[in-house]
Amino acid sequence: MIRVEALDLGYEDRLVLAGLNFQVNRGEFVGILGPNGSGKSTLLHALSGLLKPLHGHIVIKSEALGGLPSRLRAQILAVVPQSTDVRFPFSCLEIVLMGRYPHRRRLGTLTDADLVQALQSMRRTTTVHLKERTITEVSGGECQRVVIARALAQDPEILLLDEATSSLDVRKKLEIFEILKYLNETRGLTVLCAMHDLNLAALYCERLMFLKEGKIVVDGPTDQVFTPEILAQVYETPMEVVWHPGHQRPYAVMLPLSPGAVKAEEAAETREAALS
Amino acid sequence: MKVSSLPVPDLDRAVDLAEARSRHQRETRRFAVALIIMSLGLILSAILATGIGRMDVGWGTIAAVALQKLGIHTALVDRTTDVVIWDIRLSRVVLSGLVGAALATAGVIFQGILLNPLADPFTIGVSTGAAFGVAVLVMAGVGGSFLGLSPLPLGALLGAMGAMAAVLVLSRESGRIRKETLILAGIVVSTFLSALISLIKSLDEESLSAIVFWIMGSFSGRGWIHVGFLLPYLAAGLFLAALYHRELDILALGEEQSHHLGVAVSKVRLHLLVGASLLTAGAVSVSGVIGFVGLVVPHLVRVLAGPSHGRLLALSAVTGALILIWSDVLARVLLSSGQELPVGVVTALLGGPFFFYLLKSRRSRGMW
Repeated sequence: MIRVEALDLGYEDRLVLAGLNFQVNRGEFVGILGPNGSGKSTLLHALSGLLKPLHGHIVIKSEALGGLPSRLRAQILAVVPQSTDVRFPFSCLEIVLMGRYPHRRRLGTLTDADLVQALQSMRRTTTVHLKERTITEVSGGECQRVVIARALAQDPEILLLDEATSSLDVRKKLEIFEILKYLNETRGLTVLCAMHDLNLAALYCERLMFLKEGKIVVDGPTDQVFTPEILAQVYETPMEVVWHPGHQRPYAVMLPLSPGAVKAEEAAETREAALS
Repeated sequence: MKVSSLPVPDLDRAVDLAEARSRHQRETRRFAVALIIMSLGLILSAILATGIGRMDVGWGTIAAVALQKLGIHTALVDRTTDVVIWDIRLSRVVLSGLVGAALATAGVIFQGILLNPLADPFTIGVSTGAAFGVAVLVMAGVGGSFLGLSPLPLGALLGAMGAMAAVLVLSRESGRIRKETLILAGIVVSTFLSALISLIKSLDEESLSAIVFWIMGSFSGRGWIHVGFLLPYLAAGLFLAALYHRELDILALGEEQSHHLGVAVSKVRLHLLVGASLLTAGAVSVSGVIGFVGLVVPHLVRVLAGPSHGRLLALSAVTGALILIWSDVLARVLLSSGQELPVGVVTALLGGPFFFYLLKSRRSRGMW
């Protein structure tokens, strides 16, 4: 589905990611993890065709990404950005219908198929009730779900999410990932999501890719790579990984950065108090 | 349990679809009705505007002249009346309508692709660039017409695109076009070019009033030949706008999302900029620089018709035509001395306060 070969990514003189090689097959659910500035967004920008590679190739469905016409690319690949700022008061339904753009004929009228797809996407993201409201008046979380509905309306084979659920509450986050999981399992939708929430990633992603210092440091099945050693190495933070007895997924527990330092500080304070 | 497994979701689905479908049809119908009513208003306005002027002509005479042009001979109309009605008045009314439509649609396009509520052919310096292009050609002695086409609009087009390029380069900061600097750059370029136009015209020993008429825009002494100059530019510009109206909607979401949704952003934006420059160049080459039409009309129509660009473009074209036809009538008759005002003065006098109102009114603030 996606093949990346000897890929170097960066902006002007700054190299962000170097020598990437990986392959994502149809129906995989991949989490892209890593500390701030490790290049998660850069990688997604490149995979969506927004950022041209400095070197190397990105191949989507055996076609070079750069050679795919825009509309054709958008039929295969949809992107949910971190946040969306819309200034024109389009109704939420109009926004979702924009997701049908790559499928519509240039001067063709709106078909029932387009409307059905748009409404179904809105139903999946529980935004149908917003369809007449304007995008400028709904809340940030609602807006984000409308944008996810728009991406689903593109009816893509690959969905890229860049911190797409960061602004949502726990319940909405889980709802979105349940939809992704459902589409992944029933339709073979390939999902790649860059995220910060380790436990959300461990809960839904089958495969994790850890980026650090311009490289992929670890790439493998979640149950094998979601280990305290790897997490500690990637995030430079002591962590414990526990397997939940109920649903049999790992989750990470963060430990205080330096318990010793806190104690030493306390001791110093009591000493000062004693002296004065 | 049996009850809850009834196909309720499917029922919802059908209801939602029918509702969305009928809503869409309702909106389309409302748009069509509005467009038809406004077009009828436009025709009526053209007839009324033809009847207004220093020489009093009756409606019967206008009808007679019109029928005569259609090849039906009725009561004889004397030569002078015929010239006044057909060659002087009606041609001017038609020209002002077409220029209004061109400027208003150019405004819609500029506001849409530059994501800037203050963008219009005038504020971003494109109009003045076009005027400069024409002024240079006139000074160089290039003029006349060739098969009904004049080189002047071409000069205007080059001037428009040059000014546009200069403004975009000036307002670009680290690869991005900043909204505030865009208008500032537009004002700088436009002021500079205005000064150059004044200089050129002074060197050409034209009177000051001619310069004012050029910089403020006027339809004084324009006729059918100018309609001919404008038409190809108007047609090409409107064609590009109509072709890309859906992309204009998506471009309103910004460059990245437009890319993700499958819009070939650079190509589409370039085509639209060319389209808007064609419209501006055509308008300016026949009438000089007329401000505020391209700024106010899109805002006004957006408040009434919503942000969807297909409707916005069509209704703005008709509204722009209506506004400029009547502005020109005012320019012709406002001064009791029988002198004409530059029509740009009228549009600025009407548009300035109105735009102030738009900026302040809450409803339009929600638009941006």
